[in-house]
Amino acid sequence: MSPMAPDAAAPVNIEIADVTKSFTLRHQRSMKELLVAAVKGKDRSNSFNALDGVSFEVREGETVALLGFNGSGKSTLLKLIAGVMHPDGGAIRTRGRVAGLIEVGAGFHPDLTGRENVYMNGAILGMSEELIEARFDDIVAFSEIEKFIDTEVKFYSSGMFLRLAFAVAVHSDPEVFLIDEILAVGDEPFQRKCLARIRELSSEGRTLVIVSHDLDMVADLCQRGILLEKGKVVADGDSHEIVKHMRR
Amino acid sequence: MAATELTTPGRGRGLVGVLSQRYLLKLLVRKELRVRYRGSVLGMAWSYVKPATQFIVFYFAMGVFLDLNRGVEYFAVYLFSGIVVINFFSEAFGNATRTLIWNAQLIKKIYLPRELFPVSAIYVAVVHFLPQLVVLLIACVLVGWRPTALGLVAAVLGFMLVAILGLGLGMLFGSANVFFRDAENFVDLLLLVATWASPVLYPFTKVKDALAQHPWLITIYELNPITVAVQLFHYAFWVPVGGPDAHLEMPENMVQTTVSGFVVALLILALGQTVFRRLEGRFAQEL
Repeated sequence: MSPMAPDAAAPVNIEIADVTKSFTLRHQRSMKELLVAAVKGKDRSNSFNALDGVSFEVREGETVALLGFNGSGKSTLLKLIAGVMHPDGGAIRTRGRVAGLIEVGAGFHPDLTGRENVYMNGAILGMSEELIEARFDDIVAFSEIEKFIDTEVKFYSSGMFLRLAFAVAVHSDPEVFLIDEILAVGDEPFQRKCLARIRELSSEGRTLVIVSHDLDMVADLCQRGILLEKGKVVADGDSHEIVKHMRR
Repeated sequence: MAATELTTPGRGRGLVGVLSQRYLLKLLVRKELRVRYRGSVLGMAWSYVKPATQFIVFYFAMGVFLDLNRGVEYFAVYLFSGIVVINFFSEAFGNATRTLIWNAQLIKKIYLPRELFPVSAIYVAVVHFLPQLVVLLIACVLVGWRPTALGLVAAVLGFMLVAILGLGLGMLFGSANVFFRDAENFVDLLLLVATWASPVLYPFTKVKDALAQHPWLITIYELNPITVAVQLFHYAFWVPVGGPDAHLEMPENMVQTTVSGFVVALLILALGQTVFRRLEGRFAQEL
């Protein structure tokens, strides 16, 4: 299935079997509407299928780019792998600790200082207290915002905020790393640093699944590409080939 | 790295799972407290000011104007030991109901055992309960109260009862609140009723007198875990100084009411956990 799998004998880290997910579009809920819905049964016309029978496996050490245009179901799939949402049908199984960067700094709170947020976000991403303490200096050094680490995050510029958040994430040591559209982080030197760090993680044998609209960048970063269209997998193979296919 | 098994993501172990996340729980509680008192000069001192004001108002309204001071010895202690229970319950139940909404950003983006949020709400309530307990203890000692072993057991049991009930109800209504925000208004209503549905502001003997013809109504009244907790606190803090008639304000069989109170609270906790788990999978998309 995946020609670029580094090692066909490597264990499967993410297993996605015939997964479907649909959403209800409208959320007006007055008493009358609820009553009508209860009498008529669930209004099917209001729901749409974000994912429709998606199946694939990702082996340990693979780097996968989830590709597709807006609304193709990439982010939904990532949320399902992270466990934030559950599929309506089919099954998803993952191995080891999964760190989902659905959004950089999702666990950050503006009223806490940078330091407190590092601990908080580290713990949210599944790091133990000892691990955070051991990595703390590396995290701060990576983010390059040493001077502001004891300032409340609400006073940070958006760039500083993203730097710190990304620094925590890449030091969280997960087996499976999910990244959604976050490589627009910071200025160009910092972006390069982030990419280098992600390559490092993948060379350590970690499994990466990345969603991004920067096609050239993800194609370079990932060996394998999976193309989604209207919630279905339409292509699965070498990332550069898939990007070429998308641009045709 | 492949030593672990494949598992389904986003399926926690419920409240048991929270035990393995104690560090994160601690940070969440700290965050909650910090956020609550941001930009506030008095900060935590508010958790003394509010109950003190409440106490003064009730003391004059119930004790002086309605003349309950004369009927109940050290009515102030009677009153305050009940008020701290109700305050703890209101804080625990109210916050646990709303905590999922407050943390919507986190729930939508990252998976962590969602039970952490109601549990952390209970911890925050405990943090606010302790200063009130200190004030109560000082007042008790001033009027000549001395701790007894049985009294301390009663206080601990009352505390546990409120925590269990608050968590159970909080999980039940909190998960409902994700889908229908009506739930939090309904909870406010329940809390309003709770203050009056237990012998906090009036003596228990009045209830017994009024319902003497209908003993089953007294049974229902005593099945309410909050009533049990209030009476356990009365037993611990007020009965020792309450004079010769103090035992009249206690239920006839306190062991029995305590056991039944715990049964009710644990059943509600089990129900809360079940409903919470049933609905948890849809939290992220509904918030």
